[in-house]
Amino acid sequence: MNMVESITRPPLRPVERPRFIWAISDALTLAERNLRQIPRIPDELIFSTIQPVIFVLLFRYVFGGAITGTGTSYVNYLMAGIFAQTVIFGSTSTGIGLANDLQRGLIDRFRSLPMAKSAVLTGRTLSDLVRNAFVIIVMWTVGLLVGFQPQGPVLNWFAAAGLLLLTSFAFSWISATIGMAVSTVEAAQSAGFIWLFPLTFASSAFVPTQTMPDWLRAFAEHQPVSLIVNAVRGLLLNKPDFTTIWQSLAWCVGILIVFIPLAVRAYNNRTAR
Amino acid sequence: MKSEPAILAEGLQKRYGQTQALAGLDLRAEAGTVLGVLGPNGAGKTTAVRILTTLLKPDAGHARVAGLDVVRQANQLRARIGLAGQYAAVDENLTGVENLEMVARLYHLRGRVARQRAQELLARFDLLDAARRVVKTYSGGMRRRLDLAASLIMAPPVLFLDEPTTGLDPRSRLSMWDIISGLVSDGTTVLLTTQYLEEADQLANQIAVVDHGRVIASGTADDLKRQVGGERFEITVARGGDLTAAIDVLRPYSQGEMQIEAERRHILVPVAQGAQQLAAVVRDLDAARIPLDDLSLRRPTLDDVFLALTGSTATVEPDNQQQRGAGRPLARSNT
Repeated sequence: MNMVESITRPPLRPVERPRFIWAISDALTLAERNLRQIPRIPDELIFSTIQPVIFVLLFRYVFGGAITGTGTSYVNYLMAGIFAQTVIFGSTSTGIGLANDLQRGLIDRFRSLPMAKSAVLTGRTLSDLVRNAFVIIVMWTVGLLVGFQPQGPVLNWFAAAGLLLLTSFAFSWISATIGMAVSTVEAAQSAGFIWLFPLTFASSAFVPTQTMPDWLRAFAEHQPVSLIVNAVRGLLLNKPDFTTIWQSLAWCVGILIVFIPLAVRAYNNRTAR
Repeated sequence: MKSEPAILAEGLQKRYGQTQALAGLDLRAEAGTVLGVLGPNGAGKTTAVRILTTLLKPDAGHARVAGLDVVRQANQLRARIGLAGQYAAVDENLTGVENLEMVARLYHLRGRVARQRAQELLARFDLLDAARRVVKTYSGGMRRRLDLAASLIMAPPVLFLDEPTTGLDPRSRLSMWDIISGLVSDGTTVLLTTQYLEEADQLANQIAVVDHGRVIASGTADDLKRQVGGERFEITVARGGDLTAAIDVLRPYSQGEMQIEAERRHILVPVAQGAQQLAAVVRDLDAARIPLDDLSLRRPTLDDVFLALTGSTATVEPDNQQQRGAGRPLARSNT
């Protein structure tokens, strides 16, 4: 069997490096793999770019004229909400991607390799972070085209982008937990999404909260999406509000502290079958 | 000094809720041999492979693979085994070469070595032309070859193949068999699970028949076949009235007791070296003017072994018996 001779040959030597270096390197390898896939899955590309563009056009031109009390042009008001909603919706692909890998046996393949165990989760949340960064740039451009005029120092805009990325990362871990807790890709899809609709719409993302009934308003003004939207809006319109900025950061860090261990536990439970 | 077996499992148990997937499974494969684990769906084959490849911890029992404990030395062991699965765990949105390079990098090979190794394996598995195509466009056989290539990145001394040919067309199956035999002749130890009797018969040195989470028989294919006896003629006479006459003609050839099913005009004759006697039997029956509906020489298959061991019957009509074992999954119904 000539053909096989060079398949079984003296063992290849892996490179020796400290474990945490491999944890980072393996995560990057998997993140790269996830990113390579995006342009090859039309559904995902449409989901992550076209859909938010439709939201911008819809709110800017259909609802925008009827919405008052925003204190600035509606498109300027709207964009902070769009950014937040886009990264939060985008983070659901973390759980869906993990559920997909699990269903197709890829996670078994990864677990049979001597790679860092953490890399499956960190690689996925990392690639979704990069994807969301790209989507923010796309949405920023679309915003400018429909009349969005950010104000104040550029540094503030970067701070806003930073806060949005932190939000994206935090919600990715919630999504990962959900994706590993449910049994199918379809379930990961619906369970990952359904609760985000009330959370993003019953907020200050698209409309001022003043006109909501009291009970809803009480929720809308104190829930994390509103806080994040208000912080981002302040930073983009030269009215930075440090209270909402700190509260947003606290929420994001809090979500990470709670959901990273939960996601790891869900992953371990799920793969121990 | 006797060398340690490449795979040794003792008393493995695993329970999922109400289901006892493994109920004290023992397996042993000497280095450089193929161990075929044969059983129907749900017998525990995949659970056993998952434990031996460190994906799953057993509830009880222990196992060593390539001299390493599957639980305590799991991480070291992962560098020394390859796993190719039933569901061809390759990323269908990556190209062939991207898949192999990714796995090579996750084995912590240097970038240049990873690329070189990927090229080498693509060439050996006849995938160079398709290397830059997305795996989604591959045929089933190509996917399996890529999956197997991925499991061979480190040239592992022990390879686990979980139903490597399930769902493949006959040609792809034969090519997979060739590849597997080649690996073994080069010294790789292979554990192969299969529902295909012919596959175990073709490839495995030792066969372990698994049912309900434990090994119910083991040995070489020949050992197992011996348990259900040797060859026999199966004869169906055209007219029921000829049955007695036919039995008289056949008696000199029979090595034991003939089995007669009068209703179906069916006679089973245990024989030795049946092939050499076939012509004579046909001549004698013809001389006695006994027309036949059917005459065949039948060698026992592993299917027969399985049925003899478990007392379950296969859901196969008697006249389809020629097909049994030839690439047909073992189906059974408890009666």
